[in-house]
Amino acid sequence: MRKRYQWIKEKLIEGALFASALFSIFVTAGIIGVLFFETYEFFKEVSILDFLTDTQWTPLFTDKHFGILPLFAGTFLTTAIAILVALPIGLVSAIYLSEYASDRARNTVKPALEILAAVPTVVYGYFALLFVTPILQRFIPDLSGFNALSPGIVMGIMIIPIIASLSEDAMHAVPMGLREGAYALGAAKFQVATRVVVPAAFSGIAASFILGISRAVGETMVVAIAAGQQPRLTLNPLVPLETVTAYIVQVSLGDTPTGTIEYKTIFAAGMGLFTVTFVLNIVSYWLKKRFREVYE
Amino acid sequence: METAFKVKNLKAYYGPKEALKDVSFDILKKTVTAIIGPSGCGKSTFIRCLNRMNDLVLGFNVKGEILYDGKNIYSKDIDVIDIRRQIGMVFQKPNPFPKSIYENVVYGLRIQGINRKETLDNVVEESLRKAAIWEEVKDRLHTSALQLSGGQQQRLCIARAIATEPEVILFDEPCSALDPIATAKIEDLITALKQEYTVVIVTHNMQQAARVSEYTGFFMMGELVEFDATQKIFTTPSNKMTEDYITGRFG
Repeated sequence: MRKRYQWIKEKLIEGALFASALFSIFVTAGIIGVLFFETYEFFKEVSILDFLTDTQWTPLFTDKHFGILPLFAGTFLTTAIAILVALPIGLVSAIYLSEYASDRARNTVKPALEILAAVPTVVYGYFALLFVTPILQRFIPDLSGFNALSPGIVMGIMIIPIIASLSEDAMHAVPMGLREGAYALGAAKFQVATRVVVPAAFSGIAASFILGISRAVGETMVVAIAAGQQPRLTLNPLVPLETVTAYIVQVSLGDTPTGTIEYKTIFAAGMGLFTVTFVLNIVSYWLKKRFREVYE
Repeated sequence: METAFKVKNLKAYYGPKEALKDVSFDILKKTVTAIIGPSGCGKSTFIRCLNRMNDLVLGFNVKGEILYDGKNIYSKDIDVIDIRRQIGMVFQKPNPFPKSIYENVVYGLRIQGINRKETLDNVVEESLRKAAIWEEVKDRLHTSALQLSGGQQQRLCIARAIATEPEVILFDEPCSALDPIATAKIEDLITALKQEYTVVIVTHNMQQAARVSEYTGFFMMGELVEFDATQKIFTTPSNKMTEDYITGRFG
């Protein structure tokens, strides 16, 4: 009797755990389903060719154009600026933390970096708009109040912890024997770091870069607040523009009625965004898997 | 015969823990000197003092002197990078870099800024030949070194050490991760290397010490118990502890 009770208990627990796991899969599937459905509805009214090639995005105006290019240009530009900031600083921090820092320094700097990751992104947004932009305007008088440069830099700062922390993990996992091998050949510390540790950890570092890019592409608040809301097909970082994410916020906040074409645009834009981040995550996953195989 | 290392009253510490207690002896040029002893006796600590690899260990400290070419390698005006170029090392676990076979061999040259292709090509062939692995890898020099077997990787690491033209090669238990056939190859290689190089080898395998070396030092609890010609150590050791160890009574 007691045994049977145990068995039922075990089965119940197993069932509950399975249901929880299943729940998140259902939610993900639901979101993707809605995204696909509404995107399909959107493309019943707008041709895919227009969507991909038109150079104007004006679904909220009377003269409607549905070219996604200006939004992606905005996303591309802010992401590129963010990566230009985050990649070198993140990599150098990781090299310092993994190869140079004493245990004490590492134990201070790493948590500090992680606090950087815990700041709400809306704070970063206002930081970009009210602090970074005015400072930049002192050096670049042509800079508009809303622009790509300032939120790009701030997003870069925001993703430094991701790149630094994940790259450091990858470098830390490089076996001590490799470092010793290089030292024994007369390598200096910097040569060991740059010519042995970084190449050996390459796929992990690359995966961290891609996760960082993916984070910047999907980042919303910073660009919605500080980049402006003017879809513009440009690579000039000094003028206001709009990213895919910022557009979605703009429409979602307004009083766009459900079922209208304006409403459907956010799903089409979201679908585009999802495709990009999905591909990036797959690449990063693949790189990480490859990285794991090297030393087993 | 000339002396390569003159070890004088060497004491080594990891933090407060004393790992070597007053070790003194000479290592002769172009001979193979084996260091044997039970686990934790300080034999690895000792060999890592000879090229200052222990500098990498936090809290490590030495007292005493190791004279190499008449100069104390632990004195302040010695460039440790210079020392390591003259004194190569092969480790317990084969540790080729995740690069091609070719790039592994020339690594030590590249970090010295030597990049002339002709020079590198020559060094690669010569080093791989000396390490008795040229015939096995000559057709795939540009494939990953990680695809080689453990024994091949270890010989590649020897080639890598030879490439920078050291005078001494230190072996820290080079065969402990290898099968008997690969071990035999490495042992033959070590015997051949003493024509040109001074070899110091740490091993827990007494037969190996007997096979490859001319001199043997027996370490225990951080002390050098006995140092003598290998033949003498293995046939008529003067110390009771040495005798007990080599006859397998402990360790």
